[in-house]
Amino acid sequence: MPHTDDALLHASHIGKKFGGLNALSDVSLHIKRGEIYGLIGPNGAGKTTLFNVLTGLYQPSAGGFRFNGMHYQSGKPHLLAQAGIARTFQNIRLFANLTALENVMIGRHVRTRAGVFGALLRDRGTRKEEHTITLRARELLRYVGIAKPSQTLAKHLSYGEQRRLEIARALATEPLLLALDEPAAGMNASETDNLKTLLKTIRDNGITVLLIEHDVKLIMGLCDRVAVLDYGKKIAEGVPEQIRKDPAVIAAYLGQETTGSSTQDGGGGD
Amino acid sequence: MSRRSLRGSLRFGLLATLLRGFFLMVSFDKRNQRWIIWALLLAGLLLLPFITDALLGRGWVRIVDFAMLYIMLALGLNIVVGYAGLLDLGYIAFFAVGAYCYALTDSPHLAQAFPIAFPAGVHLPFWFVLPLSALVAGGFGVLLGAPTLRLRGDYLAIVTLGFGEIIRIFLNNLNAPVNLTNGPQGISFIDPITVMGVSLNKTQHFFGIAFPSVHLYFYLFLAFTALVIFVSQRLEKSRIGRAWMAIREDEVAASAMGINTRNLKLLAFAMGAMFGGASGALFAGFQGFVSPESFSLMESIMVLCMVVLGGMGNITGVILGGILLALLPEVLRNIVMPVQQALFGKTLIDPESLRMLLFGSALIGMMLYRPAGLLPSRLRRRELGGDDAAAEESVYDATH
Repeated sequence: MPHTDDALLHASHIGKKFGGLNALSDVSLHIKRGEIYGLIGPNGAGKTTLFNVLTGLYQPSAGGFRFNGMHYQSGKPHLLAQAGIARTFQNIRLFANLTALENVMIGRHVRTRAGVFGALLRDRGTRKEEHTITLRARELLRYVGIAKPSQTLAKHLSYGEQRRLEIARALATEPLLLALDEPAAGMNASETDNLKTLLKTIRDNGITVLLIEHDVKLIMGLCDRVAVLDYGKKIAEGVPEQIRKDPAVIAAYLGQETTGSSTQDGGGGD
Repeated sequence: MSRRSLRGSLRFGLLATLLRGFFLMVSFDKRNQRWIIWALLLAGLLLLPFITDALLGRGWVRIVDFAMLYIMLALGLNIVVGYAGLLDLGYIAFFAVGAYCYALTDSPHLAQAFPIAFPAGVHLPFWFVLPLSALVAGGFGVLLGAPTLRLRGDYLAIVTLGFGEIIRIFLNNLNAPVNLTNGPQGISFIDPITVMGVSLNKTQHFFGIAFPSVHLYFYLFLAFTALVIFVSQRLEKSRIGRAWMAIREDEVAASAMGINTRNLKLLAFAMGAMFGGASGALFAGFQGFVSPESFSLMESIMVLCMVVLGGMGNITGVILGGILLALLPEVLRNIVMPVQQALFGKTLIDPESLRMLLFGSALIGMMLYRPAGLLPSRLRRRELGGDDAAAEESVYDATH
């Protein structure tokens, strides 16, 4: 049942241990509907771990989260995808030997129904469903701006296109929350710009975005709110301007105050 | 005008007409052309047993029948290995389950174990036993699949291999305390398959043509192979097939896209096992005798090799692989022995060991030169292609 309050995702006191290592401890955050929420932090801060907890890949050692009014503790990825969380991966995980189109079509799996008998009999309902799946997949390929033929194998796409294909595949699941794990990693300046435009369009189309990024400039220029993780703890949360000035964040990111002059790397947010 | 030139021009005219007919056929629009090819293929297949019989003898028709069974098996395994990417080294176990299912429910054997309940054994109709065998094998597929859900690659291969051996050893030893499988002696006097009151075990006459038993079985197997191909094809291009391939490509990403990997992997195991079970039942009816030694690990590997050799995930490739590997030993047997006899007056190399040698070197060659199989599944896309992907791919293939 859809929840009417403005928090789409509400994580409370999430902890995750790997053996003796506390990858996450007591992280709470809430993501509002319709915003772009950034998650930053130095390497090893626990961003991806949190991400994996929220998308059901990891089971949290403590705490849990509420998504769209439902409580989740031990996530199963496919159930969360069903609930409306779609994700991309830091190291691209496309279905490499399938075509771009098939990749996106697979994203439609969770919103379609045809089973074995549908496949064998190929009745009217199934044919219609297949048709709409294909149409929607083509539409999404255009939407994210993949110009290559849809029959190109995913592994033959350029790096930037592969990143965008992952987004298209995630969007195909009709998510309420699109979670992107370092989508700009390894992109050049113009690809990053394209990505920025795309993410804004996605937000404007009503999909909430959770974004992990190393590129502070991108985060500051794009996000409505930002949380900062360091050593598995949330050390700050707020609008970009606030975060940029936060002494704890500066310390975590830039070492000590000695390098305080470099804080202008957030200056791209204008 | 001399007679000769007249005959020459007549001959020329005939040739021209033939050529024109040929070109007409070729220049037909694509749809008609495809129909003609299909019709020719069907006619060829229908005549195949008669041609084989006439050219090579009856024994070869029997060999072709066995090849059809292998093709069915390979196509079933292709669902598990080729589509869902689950390496199964114990696939022959499902064939065994299907075969024993048929053997127990269509032979006098159970009279031994349960003389009161079944004084004459059990003799159920074919159309009941066949789906039963498929279902029981499918159940075993789920039974194997459930504990192996978390395993991948090599680990899965080892467990499935163990499963295959367990089934064989069970069949070997279940003759005590209750004689269920008759142990290593196997079950004999299995009822031949009867389709619509026509026993396939003796020569039948239709339209004044005599159809020997092996021919009749050929047609039955042909029909079932066609069915298996149809099912494979439909599954491949469906929501289920795409989900299987997603699991094959990247299981984590697949589950993140909302695919219930547990259920779909079980479904793949079950579907593959059902094909295996159905072909097992056909095998039992055809052979009239089953024993555990038909279901050794070597058979599993053989079927897997058919899938890999032909091209995983590609139906045409798998069929080709099945034909090649099923016929190879027979061809060798019939060529190597006489040649050696003729050359040296005695047999120096046993065809069986030569088979292994050739088989091994063929596999090594494959790994080196065509790692994706004789007909890799990407060819399918090149045919469908229509856009630049095809050209691009051939460049890719040439450079990598």
